[in-house]
Amino acid sequence: MAAPLSTSGPQKPDLTARPLSPHLTIYHWAPTMIASITHRATGIALSMGAMVLAWWLVSISNGPEGYQGFYALAGSPPGLVVLFGFTWALAFHFLQGIRHLVWDLGYGFKKETARMTALLVIGLSLLIAAAVFVFVWTGHAGYLS
Amino acid sequence: MQTPLHKVQGMGASHTGTGHFWYERVTAVALIPLTLWFAYAMLGLANASEVAAISFLARPLNVILMAAFMVITLYHVKLGLQVVIDDYVHGPGMKMFLLLLVRFAVIATGSTALFALLRIASL
Repeated sequence: MAAPLSTSGPQKPDLTARPLSPHLTIYHWAPTMIASITHRATGIALSMGAMVLAWWLVSISNGPEGYQGFYALAGSPPGLVVLFGFTWALAFHFLQGIRHLVWDLGYGFKKETARMTALLVIGLSLLIAAAVFVFVWTGHAGYLS
Repeated sequence: MQTPLHKVQGMGASHTGTGHFWYERVTAVALIPLTLWFAYAMLGLANASEVAAISFLARPLNVILMAAFMVITLYHVKLGLQVVIDDYVHGPGMKMFLLLLVRFAVIATGSTALFALLRIASL
């Protein structure tokens, strides 16, 4: 089947060319699957976010000049995109984490319940991220300054 | 006949992992209120002047909460990334390297953050 035709005598078949079972292209994407892999992806992204946080703290400790540099970067359009991404990632990972803790307590394993809570987490995280950005855009933030 | 060879080769069940499971949950539970406080602090300091940020972070309660948030988050990160590496990396050399890298990066980030907080408190 995978043995190449050749005139130089019998050859071993290429065993690495055997067909693989399809997975990502075939299985129906259920909300629970999406929530699970997104939890891992947001976790990895938030690990970088933790380093950005440490960098933020260092820039404050450097006094006004370092601070201005960081805030200019954070306020730039790509900076704002990154901030929105981190906000959504934190909201999602937070909510899905609570879903995990509820499972650890033994609740919410029925198929329909798991599906509904997955959709809830996805929807709520987007809502929270949007609400945070609207909150800042309409000038309600900065109440500690 | 069974020999101890499998123990030397590192095969079989590890008989460890409960600690990892437990601390991942404990840090997660601790991070629920800490994250809410963190969100409150970040929204409050958005677009704020450097004076406001310094005076906010110079107050002892905020220093403690921010330090706790950073340290507990980084421990949670270490546990979580360890699982990811265990899942996807199987070559022994690369796996050891990445696990050590995560551990060192977490310690370095945590030390940097704590040092910065102490420096801010002295401003």
